[in-house]
Amino acid sequence: MYKTPDGQDVFVLDCHTHFWDGSPANQRNVHGKQFIDCFYAYHTALSPKDQLWEKSKFEKYSVDDIYRDLFVDGPDDMAIIQSTYLRDFYKEGFSSIERSSQMAQINPGRFIVNGAFDPRDGEKALEYIHYMKETFDIKGVKMYTAEWNGDSKGWKLTDPSAYKCFELCEKLGIRNVHVHKGPTILPLSKDAFAVGDVDEAATDFQGLNWIIEHCGLPRLDDFCWIATQETNVYGGLAVALPFIHSRPRYFAEVISELLFWLGPDKILFGSDYAIWTPQWLVDRLWNFEIPEDIATERGVQLTDEIKRKILGLNAARLYDIDVAAKMRELAQSPVRIAAE
Amino acid sequence: MPVPQIRGAQAREVWRRLSAVTDPELDEPITDMGFVERLEVSRSGEVEIDFRLPTYWCSPNFAFLMADGIRKAAMTPAWVQKVRVQLQDHCFADKVNDGINGQQPFGAIFAALTEGGNLDEVRETFREKAFLRRQEAVLQGLRAMGWTAGQITTLTLAEFDALNLSGHAEAAAQKPRYREILVGDGLALLPEDWAFVTWRGDPIVAEDLQDHLMRLRALRINMEFNGAMCRGLAAARYKEVVRNGEEPELIDFILGRVPPRACGDSQSSRG
Repeated sequence: MYKTPDGQDVFVLDCHTHFWDGSPANQRNVHGKQFIDCFYAYHTALSPKDQLWEKSKFEKYSVDDIYRDLFVDGPDDMAIIQSTYLRDFYKEGFSSIERSSQMAQINPGRFIVNGAFDPRDGEKALEYIHYMKETFDIKGVKMYTAEWNGDSKGWKLTDPSAYKCFELCEKLGIRNVHVHKGPTILPLSKDAFAVGDVDEAATDFQGLNWIIEHCGLPRLDDFCWIATQETNVYGGLAVALPFIHSRPRYFAEVISELLFWLGPDKILFGSDYAIWTPQWLVDRLWNFEIPEDIATERGVQLTDEIKRKILGLNAARLYDIDVAAKMRELAQSPVRIAAE
Repeated sequence: MPVPQIRGAQAREVWRRLSAVTDPELDEPITDMGFVERLEVSRSGEVEIDFRLPTYWCSPNFAFLMADGIRKAAMTPAWVQKVRVQLQDHCFADKVNDGINGQQPFGAIFAALTEGGNLDEVRETFREKAFLRRQEAVLQGLRAMGWTAGQITTLTLAEFDALNLSGHAEAAAQKPRYREILVGDGLALLPEDWAFVTWRGDPIVAEDLQDHLMRLRALRINMEFNGAMCRGLAAARYKEVVRNGEEPELIDFILGRVPPRACGDSQSSRG
């Protein structure tokens, strides 16, 4: 829970977090090393200096670290853990649903652990979706369309094999599809960050919620256009939000575009932990005002009410969380950390 | 940002040529972005250039475009006999380097990876973005100077050339770069042609200027994101190679990148 400077309680649901193992022991090859190195570069490039971690901790942090950073030092009430496998790069997967679920059990009620699948696995992907639903009762999945899989260097949400998976998700009530648009490698002639496939998939699967992480940046305009057309497309603030520290005016322009096009009900907070920690992000967002010239030009404001929506209420709606009941429940069971 | 050692008049000439090569996503010269790591010219007129991008994962089509641009730019001086371009530390480095230095035409290597597409499509997309990005910078300068929509949309190329934008640094910097594409791509040719047109060459009506600017603004937001990310990531990655003698920062201590001479009198505050 975030306490505002004037003493109000704000419910925080952090929509994009990870419990990864990117350590050398888990790396399969140079790609695995380069992947976590790139994350670390994001961390060092956009974090305030007093928030920087050592590389070894960043590669593999502990159960205590994640609870402390999110819920004790950090203001999160709940967090969604996303699974990402990258099996071509990591022996046991980068962040597996099993490892995250085990961690989540220590303090029940705090985490929502999402699954992941690779439509290129065909029938096996469908079986795996059943397994995740039966074993972990997942409410959402994370899609990483730029993931390598043998000769394939990426896939599209509109691939026929992906559609089969989404049909099954809809049938099983796995309603929230988080999409990360990393740079796609092939074919080289296409815009590597294109978000057009979101449009089609969201139209064809009205029963699913499509949450586009980092708002499709660097294709914010395309994303805004799609999200305006499709009522079931949402924007996740991960990666966009840290600019609030290094380039606040730039962040103001991004959030203004989102508010103008999507409106305040379709923007979701995500820290992208452990790339960034929620404590400073939430604090700065709560205290942020859009500069007057930008606010006037776009005719938008970032009011306290809108901040509450972004920080937790919007995501609570997608994940069927009764916020008042949840806050009472969490107040009864403070987070326990084994080492303390 | 690191700058390689440039020795001799010939190397300096190649370096100047390389400054015309831009990162397609950012529309900024690769020499300003610090991507060029090494530039050597042999006595026999052979040029060797190494470049490196902010991350191992930077989209390979941009890497292909830059490698191709580097090769062409370096070939321009008459004395150049041969150019060898090496992309380093990139997930597609082997393919890019084979394509750029191999016996096969560059286009053929590229076509094999593009489902029949070609490099020109991508190049065209980014040429358009660069045109609009540069145009926005000049337009914002004029608006800041109090120009009306009517004055802006009826400005001719001759009047554009006579503009004094001093005091508006970004607009002044982008003015010649905007003109280069405007005239270079035939969007305005004669002195009486409109200076501000769409990428299709259509004039902009005064009433539509506000909407046009909103579209340009969205484009700028995308490009600024890339620019900020690339600079940040490049700084994080390059710091291990080039110190430039500046004071070590906290991150250097955390990463163990502190040069030996600085170790003795400073302590890490963390880690």
